[in-house]
Amino acid sequence: MKPNMASLLASTGVVTCALAVVALGIAAAGYDLSGAARAAVEGAVGSPFAVLSATLKRTAPFLMLGLAVAVAFRAGVLNIGAEGQFLAGAAAACAVGLFATPVLGRATLLLEIAAGMVAGACWAGIAALLKRRFAVAEVVSTLLLNFVAANVVAYLVRGPLQEPTGAYPQSSMLEPIARLPLLIDGQRLHAGFPIALILALATWWFFRSTAAGFRFRMTGSGRAAAASAGLINVNAVQMHALIASGAIAGLAGACEITGVTYVLYEGLSPGYGYTAIAVAMLGGLHPLAIVASATLFGALGAGADAMQRNAGVPAGFAVVAAALVVLGVLAIPRTLRLLRPAWPGRP
Amino acid sequence: MAEMVLVGNFLEAAVRSATPLGFAALGALIAERAGVVNIGIEGSLVCGAFASFVVAGLLGPEVGFLAGGLAGMSLGLVFAVFVVALRAQQIIVGAAVSMLGLGLTASLHRIAVSSTGPGAPISTFLPLQVPVLSGIPVFGQAFISQPVTTYLLYALFPLVGWGLYRTVGGIALRAVGEQPSAAVSAGHSPARIQCAALLACGFLSGLGGATLVVAQTGIYSDGMSAGRGYIAMAIVALGRWTPRGVAAGALIFGGVSALQFLTQAVNWRVPYTIVLATPYLLTLVAMAALRGTRVAPAALGQTLNRP
Repeated sequence: MKPNMASLLASTGVVTCALAVVALGIAAAGYDLSGAARAAVEGAVGSPFAVLSATLKRTAPFLMLGLAVAVAFRAGVLNIGAEGQFLAGAAAACAVGLFATPVLGRATLLLEIAAGMVAGACWAGIAALLKRRFAVAEVVSTLLLNFVAANVVAYLVRGPLQEPTGAYPQSSMLEPIARLPLLIDGQRLHAGFPIALILALATWWFFRSTAAGFRFRMTGSGRAAAASAGLINVNAVQMHALIASGAIAGLAGACEITGVTYVLYEGLSPGYGYTAIAVAMLGGLHPLAIVASATLFGALGAGADAMQRNAGVPAGFAVVAAALVVLGVLAIPRTLRLLRPAWPGRP
Repeated sequence: MAEMVLVGNFLEAAVRSATPLGFAALGALIAERAGVVNIGIEGSLVCGAFASFVVAGLLGPEVGFLAGGLAGMSLGLVFAVFVVALRAQQIIVGAAVSMLGLGLTASLHRIAVSSTGPGAPISTFLPLQVPVLSGIPVFGQAFISQPVTTYLLYALFPLVGWGLYRTVGGIALRAVGEQPSAAVSAGHSPARIQCAALLACGFLSGLGGATLVVAQTGIYSDGMSAGRGYIAMAIVALGRWTPRGVAAGALIFGGVSALQFLTQAVNWRVPYTIVLATPYLLTLVAMAALRGTRVAPAALGQTLNRP
């Protein structure tokens, strides 16, 4: 499944159409369209600060979570629990950061990242176990676990991890040595971004050149065929895919808390895990194309914030644009037969 | 005596919290019995809430309630077009439709606020007392001192049950969810049936969202559906895909959110957030315990070949 010219054209067309529809909506609602557009473009790509501290800072979680979704979906596992796995990773990294920093110093950072990945993998592992042992569909279990994770975070920031004064429902701030380094002085872009890029390359190489990656893809293309013709243990492959997906989502959570927020609080993820489905979709589940789609969603978010701040246009329009992009990507292969990503459960 | 009032208050709050969930879960039940997983219900809920707030402010809560249903149904139509006509993956479409509903309502709300100021609270349905029945201790206070929308929901559960199990259309709908090819052999069109099921699902979800406004708060706030669309799917699984089970499941989830009031009243030491997580865990345990007894529709979530 290589991104070819036709699929690239189709995706570009979909994005253009979605933005055009939203622009029409903004104009129809009586806002100054050119002002809004200028604010959005400046906020997303207008200056080095906009690119590094707004767009690319937002791209990092979208990219990692998009990859997490893609790893699962490519193996035919519908993991819609990236949100919960992200929160589990963030909570674990925060706990490690708060308690281990006085003992370990600089090395805490590595432990935070590892804890995030393990926690994300374990959170997805619950769903994997329920699927394997009790035949509970992962679509339902991963979704339910999102809400459990949100409530666990809400408990942690009011209980064991709450800041000492007890006035706010959030954790203490991580020590500077327990944070991901910033890449450029004065900018908010952190080391999580190159980590995400390396992860994208690694995932691409995994699917393209390894036997395990081939088994993932086979299982996703057709369970029955993979099991009978390919002698693949599809149940084991899907379990591994779900756990790997959770580990990546947990990594995203760890990077967000050690690179951006430095504290754990309830609204840490404004639905990143759900947006990630859109990111992965637009990228056709291809790891390198997901880099592009995550950057687009990062720019969309940064532009929408600037638009609301400087031109008074509701940021909700960006959410509409994102939804239209996904629907457009779904509609195009059906109506034009241009793009054929391998879809779980597709005829 | 004080205990009985407390129990009555708690059950009354439980039924109140369960009402929007019940509408949405009933919608989810119909869609899932027709083989469609619709996580776009969240979008229908929030659109229903917004539309009912706007329309109720102009034309009163009755029309507002209906408008909420229609708004939810229009989002259900979008979902149906993509899933049934274009045969796209249900989960992806559902996620996108939820985003669409949340984004649209947030944008429209801000536009409305910036042009006319925040809308004043609308007049809501008041609890409707039924002679004799409302006077029954505890039971009357809990179940028969509710807004008229809750009584509508009481009537809908047996009605949907009758429709699903005792009518040709309902049996065909369940056949589509179990074995679509058998439904085709019997002369039914799965596409048409799934479309109808999704419109009904959207309408009921919209009514659920409208309930939040016209029967409870009287105001609209962004994202006020607060994940109830996803809870509805959990309720359907917990209720083993039957109307009776869904009614019980909605009451359980409603009861847990009503515990909020009870824990404050009796000064419990249990962290409330942990209590909030229990119904999700309960659903997972219930689904795991059902291993071997296949209760979910067999063709649930499958993309059908022929539209």
